[in-house]
Amino acid sequence: MSASALALSPAAASATAPAAPEIPRGGFLAGWWAGLRLDRIALRVLALILCVAFWQAAAVHHLDLGIVTFRFVPAPTEVAAAAWGLFQSPKLFAHVTNSLIRVFAGFGVAALLGIALGLVIGRSRWLEDTLLPPLEVMRPIPGVAWIPLAILMFPSSELSMIFITFMGALFPVLLNTIHGVEAIDRRLIASSRSLGAGRWSVFAEVVLPGALPSVVTGLAIGMGTSWFCLVTAEMIAGQYGIGYYTWESYTLQNYADIVVGMLFIGAFGMASSGLIKLLGRLLMPWYRIQERHA
Amino acid sequence: MSAAVSTQKAGRIELDDIAIHLPGKVRFEAVRNITTTIAGGEFVSIIGPSGCGKSTLLNAVAGYLQPSNGRLRVDGEAVSGPGPDRGMVFQHHSLLPWRTALDNVAFGLKMSGVGRRERRERAEEFLQLVGLRGFSDRYPAQLSGGMQQRVEIARVLINNPRVVLMDEPFGALDAQTRERMQQLLLGIWGRLRPTVLFVTHDIDEALVLSDRVLVMTHRPGRIREEIVVDLPRPRPEDISVSPEFIALKKRCLALVQDEVRQSLVGGLEVARIELPVEA
Repeated sequence: MSASALALSPAAASATAPAAPEIPRGGFLAGWWAGLRLDRIALRVLALILCVAFWQAAAVHHLDLGIVTFRFVPAPTEVAAAAWGLFQSPKLFAHVTNSLIRVFAGFGVAALLGIALGLVIGRSRWLEDTLLPPLEVMRPIPGVAWIPLAILMFPSSELSMIFITFMGALFPVLLNTIHGVEAIDRRLIASSRSLGAGRWSVFAEVVLPGALPSVVTGLAIGMGTSWFCLVTAEMIAGQYGIGYYTWESYTLQNYADIVVGMLFIGAFGMASSGLIKLLGRLLMPWYRIQERHA
Repeated sequence: MSAAVSTQKAGRIELDDIAIHLPGKVRFEAVRNITTTIAGGEFVSIIGPSGCGKSTLLNAVAGYLQPSNGRLRVDGEAVSGPGPDRGMVFQHHSLLPWRTALDNVAFGLKMSGVGRRERRERAEEFLQLVGLRGFSDRYPAQLSGGMQQRVEIARVLINNPRVVLMDEPFGALDAQTRERMQQLLLGIWGRLRPTVLFVTHDIDEALVLSDRVLVMTHRPGRIREEIVVDLPRPRPEDISVSPEFIALKKRCLALVQDEVRQSLVGGLEVARIELPVEA
């Protein structure tokens, strides 16, 4: 920079300014259906129909592609018949309610603990150094590996199952919360202290709402991973649960029923994740506005 | 205002042989030997080459940084941390994105325990003061850059601060908005009369606004010269083409350019210094 380049004009000043636009924190999907036009919705539905049609054709004609074969895959029509059977079964209600309770209990505890731990770990270097290493070691351990210990550690199989859905949801919630807290613009904390905010107010007025978008993302992902662990968890189950139903169908070689179980889990997982995102949007009207203006 | 006499006096900043060291890869001295007194109600600007420690000095008065040497007092009291008596306005707004303009302005009152109804009423008044009547329910993201800075200023002023610290507050605005904001600030300052300590890169801006301009040296920043801006107030809009103004501007420009040259000769990195706030 030459001396004459230091013409202290507005242009020069803004050129040297640190360009730091507010970057929305977290990867929160701002409602993929919000503002979708009818033709795009139609396209999405059409894509789904085409997938099912391909599946039907592949299953009926025993499509064999060498490394993957559809010979034993049940066709959508068979799956529909199996689903109809399940809908008429008196066990359906017990399957669904048991699974919902297990997922939501595990998820609920994971949400509370994950958010609480994430907030304190994000705010304190000491807690980060002491709490995060053991948690990081546990993170890659899959639910299925926990089964023996879960059975040994908990007095009832019900609690063992909830523990596994809990482990499934904990880490997405925890890590997203930590990320949300650490990504808060430090100037926001500085200026609120200059406006008279004490320790608690900084936490309640700045840290908590600032981390919220990231927390909601973590909750939505955690809801999905909790369902993800359901089949694993319900391997322990005695008679009810959608995961149990799926696992039992596998041991009995009822292939169509397996697919029904899979689709149930997929649908419930998607719906409950959607519910979390919806709650997030209701809770954070400002966030969508910020996204739109970013 | 009945308290006119006392507010006239409040906001006296005394800097006595201040040095500030900043942490980094290598701990370095950002400012050195700063000694000056800013009278209550005075409008003082700080200019100087990039990285000379202007913002660092401001952050120390705000209470975000502790000087490593010297005494820093506001109205005789040592500064020990940030507080609502010393409001801070940054170059980019630091409004809470999840609060509306009104709630952002009311934030300081909420912190001091003022009831919801009263603080909303007063926040409305202050929004009106900065010309943002009717924008109460907007979120910061729904406001333009100039409006965001107005809300920021209103938010600081509602606390009735003795000192307002401004770190290139209009640096990110376009030229026209910047000029309007300068006039707005002068109007408010004339009415409420807090002490203003204003960091800028823009010599014109410093001269239009201030009673006095402190020109800092290159790093470690010292005060090279204090220039008294004895132009009449209120200052007409075409003040920047008056011969007196141009003479002052030439003097400032020569000083700053000389410092920039010296900093380049010294091979010092002209870097921006991050704000080391305890978070």
